[in-house]
Amino acid sequence: MNHWLTAPILIPLLGGILQALMGYAPISLRRTLALATTVLMLVSAIVLLVLADDGSYRIYAFGNWQPPFGIVLVLDRLAALMLIVTAVLALFCHIYSIGGADEGNRQFHALFLFQLMGLNIAFLTGDLFNLFVAFEVLLIASYGLLMHGGGTVRTVPGLHYVVLNLVGSAVFLISVGMIYSVTGTLNMADLAVKIPQVSGEGLNIVKAGGMMLLVVFGLKAAILPLCFWLPRAYSKATAPVAALFAVMTKVGIYAILRVYLLIFGDDAGELANLGMDWLFPIALATLAMGVIGALGSGSLKTLVAWQVIISVGTLLAPIALGSEAGLSAALFYLLSTTWTVGGLFLVSELVANQRGSAQDRIVTAPKMQNRTFLSVLFLVGAVAAAGLPPLSGFFGKVLILQSVEPGTEMAWLWSVLLIGSFLTVIAYSRAGSIVFWRTVDGHLETPDPLNGRISVAAGALTALAVVMVVLAGPITRYTDATAAQLHNNDAYIEILQTPMVREDS
Amino acid sequence: MELVFALVIGALTASGVYLILRARTFPVVVGLTLLSYGVNLFLFSSGRLATGQQPVIGTAASYSDPLPQALVLTAIVIGFAMTAFVVVLSLRNLADNEDDHVDGEQPYKSPAPEEGEVTGK
Repeated sequence: MNHWLTAPILIPLLGGILQALMGYAPISLRRTLALATTVLMLVSAIVLLVLADDGSYRIYAFGNWQPPFGIVLVLDRLAALMLIVTAVLALFCHIYSIGGADEGNRQFHALFLFQLMGLNIAFLTGDLFNLFVAFEVLLIASYGLLMHGGGTVRTVPGLHYVVLNLVGSAVFLISVGMIYSVTGTLNMADLAVKIPQVSGEGLNIVKAGGMMLLVVFGLKAAILPLCFWLPRAYSKATAPVAALFAVMTKVGIYAILRVYLLIFGDDAGELANLGMDWLFPIALATLAMGVIGALGSGSLKTLVAWQVIISVGTLLAPIALGSEAGLSAALFYLLSTTWTVGGLFLVSELVANQRGSAQDRIVTAPKMQNRTFLSVLFLVGAVAAAGLPPLSGFFGKVLILQSVEPGTEMAWLWSVLLIGSFLTVIAYSRAGSIVFWRTVDGHLETPDPLNGRISVAAGALTALAVVMVVLAGPITRYTDATAAQLHNNDAYIEILQTPMVREDS
Repeated sequence: MELVFALVIGALTASGVYLILRARTFPVVVGLTLLSYGVNLFLFSSGRLATGQQPVIGTAASYSDPLPQALVLTAIVIGFAMTAFVVVLSLRNLADNEDDHVDGEQPYKSPAPEEGEVTGK
């Protein structure tokens, strides 16, 4: 039992409640407290990363109930990694939103913090039903955030997003019910023990449940047939919200990793590697689809939203192949792409603010005032996102390419990934050259000026692509260890035997 | 009882899916509600159907599984909140776009009357 595990959940919970109660307090006070909450959350995530780095599993059992009977939080390397990704992204998005994007909505900070709480529960929970609850917590906050900023353009994509996710929740519950009716447990460690023992009639029910679960996670992760809601919703959201949403698709990928490596992993008997041979072609098709969308997008934010789909495809392809090296490469790319996409959303908004009625559309417009600063940010973000050397996206993609064994899969992955990257470069260079170079004479009379907070936030998030190259050694060591840990289910199952705290001790 | 139970779940789910596929927000909301009822009943059945058994250990010789009941309770609470949200959002959609079509407006509108026809020139 380690009480630190509750910190990433309790900190945003308390901060969010405080924000909800003080909607009428001065905005500077609310901003200070909200930012302090996010910083504290980052600190707690760093503490957990240091704790998890020794390679052991730590559990926190609510009410001291021995798993599988109670709800548990489980911390391992993967959970700690996801917490760090979220906390760093959230900090910069939050700093950006304090630059003015949080105005006009008294509950923006509360929603933002509740969203973080939902994300953190999803990463820490060791229970399938609690994962559902975490999804709902982060979704209902995301519905509010998506609507933030008003405007009629957001209602229709928002409605689609909400209805789709409600249907997704219904399917999630059905699949959870199917798995429970056969195995009689929802604790992930216990499921990993029980699933291999399933036989006879129950086998097909669990199989159907598992496949439906993949559909739900696929909807969250936006894989191909379920991704059409994403570009419209993300490109219409306010910049810090869209940037924070960059981690939401990764929750789906995290859930796929957790469930399909642990519960339906190599040791799952007849259900081993369920759905993974479906996932590989779908992942490649998602990648191709994202590239086509990026080429055809008419505004910078839509372009970045399609980039989210490209990254989902790039991430899931090596995961579906199931090798340890591929998993490690995917995790490295996950870090890189989440932060880069977040940074690009913020940069697109900065560009949009400087171009008057042209906004972020890829058309000619009067010159921007801070053209040099913005173009450098966009260049760094685009290079990292498209995967050109020397930034982090390149190393992520190289690691992914190296991880495949020679064969048909290698041929498919290499060709789709490389052609896709090449076309992504074209999409970004077309957008960049029109927006930054093809300008008409004259300046906009009153552009929204850059202020310190928004430029620092956007710049820092983009610069993480450089930082990741410098720290590539330690990060790769960590992701390698994470992949090795994820492939060793026996250690995870041991949490079922962890002795609880007794009253007398 | 099993047959009736299964038929009810099937009917609720089928009607829910049918209504969700309609293009107006009100049927979609009703469809989501029906679907969530179907799902909740299904969750109940995942703990095996039984009559007259209590979900408390020690009160009877055999007891029914308490976990699905806890799951259903959570699912109902979440479902209500989400339905309330989607109702408000549909109203907002109606107010913003003056149309309750799920896309904000009908894809194929009947052509607007000519200027001359309206003024009666």
